[in-house]
Amino acid sequence: MKFPVHTSPYGRLPNDVSRVMAQVLLALVPGVIAMVWYFGWGVVINMAIATATAVAAEALVLAVRNRPVKRTLSDLSAVVTAVLLAIALPPLLPWWLTVLGTLFAIVFVKHLYGGLGYNPFNPAMAAYVLLLISFPVDMTRWLPPEMLAEVRLDFLQTLYVIFTGTLPDALTWDAVTSATPLDEMRTHLEFNETISEIRQSPLWGDFGGRGWEWVGNWFLLGGLFLLWRRVIAWQIPAGVLAGLLLSAGFFWMLDPETVPFPAFHLFSGGTILGAFFIATDPVTASTTPRGRLIYGFLIGVIVFVIRTWGGYPDAVAFAVLMMNMAAPTIDYYTRPRVFGTGRRDDE
Amino acid sequence: MITRNPGSWDFHGGIHRPDMKALSAGRYLGKVPLPERLVIPLQQHIGTPAEPLVKEGDQVYKGQTLARVSEYIGAPIHAPTSGTVVEIAEHPVPHPSGLSAPCIVLQADGRDQWWDGLPEPLPWFEELDAAVLRERIRWAGVVGLGGAAFPTSVKVNPGPDRKIQTLVINGAECEPYITCDDYLMRTEADRIVEGIRVLMHVVGADECLIGIEDNKPEAIAAIKKAVAESDLATTRVVTVPTRYPMGGEKQLIKVLTGKEVPSNGIPADIGVICINVATTAAVTDAVMAGRPLLSRLVTVTGEGVRNPGNLEVPYGVPISHVIAFAGGYTDKAYKLILGGPMMGFTLQDDEVPVTKATNCLLVASRDEAPDPEPALPCIRCGRCADACPAQLLPQQLYWYARAKDLEKCQEYHLFDCIECGCCSWVCPSHIPLVQYYRFAKTETWAQEKEKQAAEEARRRHEARVERLERLERERKARLRKKKEALDKKAADPAGRKAAIDAAVQRAAERKAKRRPEEPS
Repeated sequence: MKFPVHTSPYGRLPNDVSRVMAQVLLALVPGVIAMVWYFGWGVVINMAIATATAVAAEALVLAVRNRPVKRTLSDLSAVVTAVLLAIALPPLLPWWLTVLGTLFAIVFVKHLYGGLGYNPFNPAMAAYVLLLISFPVDMTRWLPPEMLAEVRLDFLQTLYVIFTGTLPDALTWDAVTSATPLDEMRTHLEFNETISEIRQSPLWGDFGGRGWEWVGNWFLLGGLFLLWRRVIAWQIPAGVLAGLLLSAGFFWMLDPETVPFPAFHLFSGGTILGAFFIATDPVTASTTPRGRLIYGFLIGVIVFVIRTWGGYPDAVAFAVLMMNMAAPTIDYYTRPRVFGTGRRDDE
Repeated sequence: MITRNPGSWDFHGGIHRPDMKALSAGRYLGKVPLPERLVIPLQQHIGTPAEPLVKEGDQVYKGQTLARVSEYIGAPIHAPTSGTVVEIAEHPVPHPSGLSAPCIVLQADGRDQWWDGLPEPLPWFEELDAAVLRERIRWAGVVGLGGAAFPTSVKVNPGPDRKIQTLVINGAECEPYITCDDYLMRTEADRIVEGIRVLMHVVGADECLIGIEDNKPEAIAAIKKAVAESDLATTRVVTVPTRYPMGGEKQLIKVLTGKEVPSNGIPADIGVICINVATTAAVTDAVMAGRPLLSRLVTVTGEGVRNPGNLEVPYGVPISHVIAFAGGYTDKAYKLILGGPMMGFTLQDDEVPVTKATNCLLVASRDEAPDPEPALPCIRCGRCADACPAQLLPQQLYWYARAKDLEKCQEYHLFDCIECGCCSWVCPSHIPLVQYYRFAKTETWAQEKEKQAAEEARRRHEARVERLERLERERKARLRKKKEALDKKAADPAGRKAAIDAAVQRAAERKAKRRPEEPS
């Protein structure tokens, strides 16, 4: 009898890329629900716009590149990029900016470098930075959390704002939007106010901004799920949080009245999302165990440095992109000890 | 020295997958009846192929040496039964690429008559020198029966500079589906223990550690009982966790003793020798009964075979014959795998013989061994590195192997890869990683060979140039001497006259000598 041949191992393999990506999407659900709760429907509409754009753009590029379209799309990596970008965008961002950012992420950052697995930079973060630098006003127009909002836009109104770029009658941008807590902290510090003075405002919750800190908690839940499913390695989030907490803690101890306390950093802006979902993008991160710890740690430090002394209120995107550049070098110098060799690989 | 807390260490990575051993565990189907024709490959082991001692038409008897080895690393081949040698020629052998190799074809006469030249049993082995026993093991053609088929006589000869502390007996049998070692341990524990006594004496070990995975409680109980009833004071049975590749030599040694076999080294470098349980039993036969290796236990299993179980199979029996004895193929039979699902390889054809390395025939259904899905790009998730028991970075090795950057491959310890398949198993992109490493290894060997050949050619060329130059120098020196002599003579007028006269006379003599031959 004759049989077909192929190489070992034999059996149904337990992992696949689509499942990994699907688990990431699943892990984002609690955080996204929290965002809808506190900031309205904008995030969902942005996700829909970004996902549609990403899938269409990827299909087009794949067709041009003569690659299998259906099989590649089903790896869901384009969807993950789109969703992560959409979560990072302000809820009322005009639709064409979301489209622009997504196109940049998929076509330029991902496919011009060879597609999934070959891109040196995190596509979602590169797109975010492009938009932030090019359209700073639109990109910093956030909404106040639900409990502080004077006006709340319903689903249709949100849709209207996103697609027309104008507010419903009788509303002004000042009434609808608000700075993020990080932005707020930064502005007031520049006015030489002390932390205790700044925190008198109703904007603040236990640690970070009200609402914001709870969004962080829900993303943390998703991150723990990813750790439990071993979709991500613990070293990167641990490194990011440690880097941020240690550097923030050090300067806070020097001067607690002009430097926000460490937990503030943890529960503000994109820290949790960045630590568990952005910095852990395997393609662009470091890949050795020790390297991941260093990679994450330095992201945490850079986030603190830019938030404190840089020109932008948040810095996760910049920090991640900078460390993306360093990842290959970190990998080279952090190779693990090979079985049967001395304590370190000293070749 | 005795190892404290054996089994309290761990190896990095590895995988868990359903062991599927229940299909065949503890089931014995009997000894496969001899077919009329046996095809016995001359190379069933690592090393040099054996050289035939018989020729076509010879009558041979069971246990007679059919082929011997002259090189150190090799093993002789014996006749599994009595009969006539009908052919010595190339036949397909069990090899991933479907290769043919020289085989002795034996027509069985059905009498199964033993050879009268078998050596005497050596039950008093403890009074004998290790070298004598190694020679016996070598004569019997014993090789590693766990699948690697490395000559055991070589393995148990660590050399005078290496003191062996621990003999490790490998009963882990970590590959899914395979149960032949399990069955042997359950039923022939005494034979294994006897072999341990011989091996302890041969290698001069202080202690023996028998490692068995905890999914084989019957085997553990049987071996424990046999050890307790023996006079082996420093032999311990150690239950190790079930995790692939626990049965890898380096992994088992690490778990049992806490020591790591050095990169590019062998276990004897750290005072350990590791022998599989079936090999140990074969040593018993060779020493205590004077019998060579003629057959082995083979697990036949999978959804593709009607009656899974373990069988005793003489070497040279075609696989088709073995499968038929196990009830034949079911409708689900889709792939024929020699060895386990992690490290085995598919056979194109079942008309190849069972050899010393054949531990398992897995007839897999489409569900058990689906066709590979197309590979996606590597996303550098690092799960392969988490799973790699050699603590390598498979994702980096993959890049360099793909780019054919063999130097970088070496830098990332390509040759420490044991090809266990854990990286390929966990890869979410379904990249056949081990395949790339095998390719890179083969390429490196080929390049080294080429380099050696080039080096040899260069040496020869240089030697030739050197020789020519020397000859030229010598010729010049001779000419100079001659010229000097002539010059000296020329300086003396009398001498010059004499020289001219002598030359004239020589010419005349030559002329006179030549004349008769010249046509007139």
